[in-house]
Amino acid sequence: MSNLLNVSPSPHAHGKETTQKLMFGVVAALLPALFTSIFYFGWGAIIVTATSVISCLIFEYLIQRFIFRKPITITDGSALVTGMLLAFNVPSNLPVFIIVIGSFVSIAIAKMTFGGLGNNPFNPALVGRVFMLISFPVQMTSWPVPAGFGTGYIDAVTGATPLAIIKEGLKNGESISQLVTQIPSPAQMFLGDTGGSMGEVAAVALLIGFVWLLYKKIITWHIPVSVIGSMVIFTTILWLANPEKNANPMFHVLAGGVLLGAIFMATDYVTSPMTPKSMIIYGCGIGILTMIIRVWGAYPEGVSFAILIMNAFVPLMNLYIKPRRFGEEVKNG
Amino acid sequence: MLLKNLALKTFPIGGVHPPENKLTSESEIQYLPIPVSVAIPVSQHIGAPASVIVNKDEKVKTGQVIAQSKGFVSANIHSSVSGKVSKIDTVIDTSGYKQTAVFITVEGDEWIETIDRGNEILTDINSSSEEIIKKCLESGIVGLGGATFPSHVKLTVPAGKKCDILIINGVECEPYLTSDHRLMLERGEEVLIGISIMMIALKVSRAMIGIENNKPDAVAHMTKLATAFQGITVHALKVKYPQGAEKQLIKALINREVPSGRLPLDVNTVVHNVGTAFAIYEAIQKNKPLFERVVTITGKSVSKPGNYFVRLGTPVKDLIAAAGGIPEDTGKIVSGGPMMGRALSSTDIPVVKGTSGIILFPAGESVRMESMPCIRCAKCTQACALNLEPYLLMTLSEKGLFERAEKERITDCMECGSCSYICPARRPLLDYIRLGKSTVIKMAREWVVK
Amino acid sequence: MSLTVPVTILTLSLLALIFALILYFVAQKFRIYEDPRIDEVQAALPAANCGGCGFAGCRNFAEALVKAETFEGLNCPVGGATVMGEVAKILGKEAVAVEPLVAVLMCNGSPEFRPHTSKYDGVPDCRMAHSLYLGETDCSYGCLDYGDCVRACAFDAMYMNPATRLPVIIDDKCVACGACVKACPRHLLELRKKAKKDRKLYVACSNCDKGGPARRACKVACIACSKCFNVCEFGAITIENNLAYIDAFKCTFCRKCVTECPTFSILEFNFPPRKPKIKEQVETKTV
Repeated sequence: MSNLLNVSPSPHAHGKETTQKLMFGVVAALLPALFTSIFYFGWGAIIVTATSVISCLIFEYLIQRFIFRKPITITDGSALVTGMLLAFNVPSNLPVFIIVIGSFVSIAIAKMTFGGLGNNPFNPALVGRVFMLISFPVQMTSWPVPAGFGTGYIDAVTGATPLAIIKEGLKNGESISQLVTQIPSPAQMFLGDTGGSMGEVAAVALLIGFVWLLYKKIITWHIPVSVIGSMVIFTTILWLANPEKNANPMFHVLAGGVLLGAIFMATDYVTSPMTPKSMIIYGCGIGILTMIIRVWGAYPEGVSFAILIMNAFVPLMNLYIKPRRFGEEVKNG
Repeated sequence: MLLKNLALKTFPIGGVHPPENKLTSESEIQYLPIPVSVAIPVSQHIGAPASVIVNKDEKVKTGQVIAQSKGFVSANIHSSVSGKVSKIDTVIDTSGYKQTAVFITVEGDEWIETIDRGNEILTDINSSSEEIIKKCLESGIVGLGGATFPSHVKLTVPAGKKCDILIINGVECEPYLTSDHRLMLERGEEVLIGISIMMIALKVSRAMIGIENNKPDAVAHMTKLATAFQGITVHALKVKYPQGAEKQLIKALINREVPSGRLPLDVNTVVHNVGTAFAIYEAIQKNKPLFERVVTITGKSVSKPGNYFVRLGTPVKDLIAAAGGIPEDTGKIVSGGPMMGRALSSTDIPVVKGTSGIILFPAGESVRMESMPCIRCAKCTQACALNLEPYLLMTLSEKGLFERAEKERITDCMECGSCSYICPARRPLLDYIRLGKSTVIKMAREWVVK
Repeated sequence: MSLTVPVTILTLSLLALIFALILYFVAQKFRIYEDPRIDEVQAALPAANCGGCGFAGCRNFAEALVKAETFEGLNCPVGGATVMGEVAKILGKEAVAVEPLVAVLMCNGSPEFRPHTSKYDGVPDCRMAHSLYLGETDCSYGCLDYGDCVRACAFDAMYMNPATRLPVIIDDKCVACGACVKACPRHLLELRKKAKKDRKLYVACSNCDKGGPARRACKVACIACSKCFNVCEFGAITIENNLAYIDAFKCTFCRKCVTECPTFSILEFNFPPRKPKIKEQVETKTV
């Protein structure tokens, strides 16, 4: 042995995970949702997803190469994940130029201005989505009716989402039992045969992804369970109080972007809290805020806003909600 | 089987599962041939270094005291060979720096007359608590789990403190190491007698031995032998690193939490390693001071990995030679386990009381991967067995915010390495935490002085 | 013509006036009296906030100067005699003459002289490498080459020379603030008196091992042979802990010790060229 010995501080062994493996694990968990979105929305789904992913990667590359002048890290998978999640949050007939603008906002403004991976306080895909929603409200709220490859892209036939139907209907004075005939059945919403953003429609695909993420230890159960749990409790109370003015809990969980948000967006590493106690508070906050926006707010769907609002509280939670250290006595009063 | 595993005791927070790589768990302990010369450092323990009492060209016998302990927290150093003192010079030891050592050229193997060299296992203990503690001090016994704390100190219950149970660490949670495992299998009875001796010293009637469940043969063997001993019970523990850490072991076995900044005696218990129990048996029953110990020599490319009784002061290269020589692709040599061990800069470094194993890593496993930015995945926080937040402690140390680091309990950190192990971004968490810890301790000392 | 606009203007102006009065009275009531000279002195200081004076910033130093009886022990290394003179004028005190200093590295162990015997694979930080082990060479006192000193310098007066793996100090830019001295975990940097024409002469070694091990680790180590001590007519050299040290205040720069040193451990800078025979011996070993 002619080489010099390596000397470094302990530990001298390392786990197998890398940032790249974790990101690609998330991509794998999103694949079922990708397949269902293509299955229901056809070409539109492919075009929107491809545009989103490619523009996110290109923007990250350009900024790192020409503005930051730091090593290029687009292969770590984080821009890929942002691109896919952004695509899953929009209708499948969204024009390309809007997607590109959205990708720019997600990567350049919501991620890179803060210093790149690990430094952003707000979920980049959601920032992009909300920006597009506010700037292009018409295109962002025209939802194609799922018809597989017959859906078409620019010329897709559009219809309202279940949440929009309920919201409008209640505003017009109709009751839930009257509206129930207009919305898809729970089975349809579970399998994805309904209007909505590309990634949010098929609950079954998202749940498969959730199981994969848990199995691979990419996320823990705390955030998704507390988001959905708090929503169920809130909606159950409302529904029991007045079943004619409030839809049942099962509907609220399956409709809209709750599952996508709870499993993939709220659990984003960079923007979620670090300790289990904080994660549960964070999840409950998202669930409650979502319902407040859905019931009393102007929008039919509130998950994106709820997550962004709770993102703002995360640094505070990390600062003040500390775990009980081993050997620390819990003081009373 | 799964249910049985779930029912095993363990510590509730944190922990990681490095691959076990116990390549030598079936290798019987052999005696390493005595080297041509030894270099015995005068500080192989926590506390004041011993002061040398022999001179150049003096002849010494195996077991003779060559350096005297200084103060209460210190230990005697004995010659592990017989021969002539060639010089009193410096040698690089596992701390990475040079320290004073007694160099002895070996001549034969003549032991001092007081040592009982017979093979009979002596079960009757005729010493009192005070005699035992005094004998441990004279025999240079220190904790052989790796911490090397002088054992006579840990067997003395100071005024104002109580001890109601002794805990024995047979866990050996570090990957690769099997010295404790083989010692329990081959010298189990002596270990148990050593435990009984410790119980007399501490004046306790109960002792619990914790063994990780990846050593079912040791669990079974020790359980069987322990039936002949009053008050000693054996417990299998779930395999999780760092189960062998003092605080985690106490929590798992008797569900008591040592408060931050305090010692196990503050929850009325004391922890000792099985190797220490064996050394105490030899010291009390056979008048044999501590001058040799079991060392595991192992590594994926090593041709003959094994466990050896090694005379202290033997250079590591002799141990490597016995294992078939240094493999071509060796990139790193570690003394201890892979999680908390120290990398060596040369093979001339001598084996000392705290050397539990020598691991040779192939080149592919010897270099660190490049580190990436923190993605705030919180895996480090989940892995920390003391419920600290390593990502935060690293950032605070890096930016020099040491007062805040102290508030976040950086001094509680036991440097087990679980956080650096699990970090997907390969951040050097423990390196910065160590820097922060030493700075905070230095600042605290200066503040007290002011 | 509605009343909204005039009423708004009137209400807001009234509110603004009331708040302004409240702020004024509160500022008056809670005013802290500060010696106005502190501001004047602070304005005269260089505002580098480097800590070279030993205080936590220029304002702190200004306060200390105003409070002090004399300027003994108080000096701004960045501003030097000019600034201290101005401050003395402002406060009506005597300026104390202070020797100008410059930072110097007491190590010449480049890989050419000091071979590597292991490879460090941790964070490239001197403090960390120092606390881990003696370093990539056999000299446990020598420079570790990870640049803690360069990073500490706020005046761009240092850079790492990639060929020698040692830090280089740019004398013109060095203000002797002492940040690099504090940063080096092995205490290899020293502030030495700046001689005329920027000359420097010192033992470029900090190795306290005995001669044999020191020389084996590094070809240009000081082996404490005492030849320099014997040849110095001015008593400027002391040998302690197997290491020679030249006192910059006693040294007359006669350079006899430089030629005497068998390991070429003593370095000289900015001197006129020597006679050819001696020049050969010395030239190959200076940085």
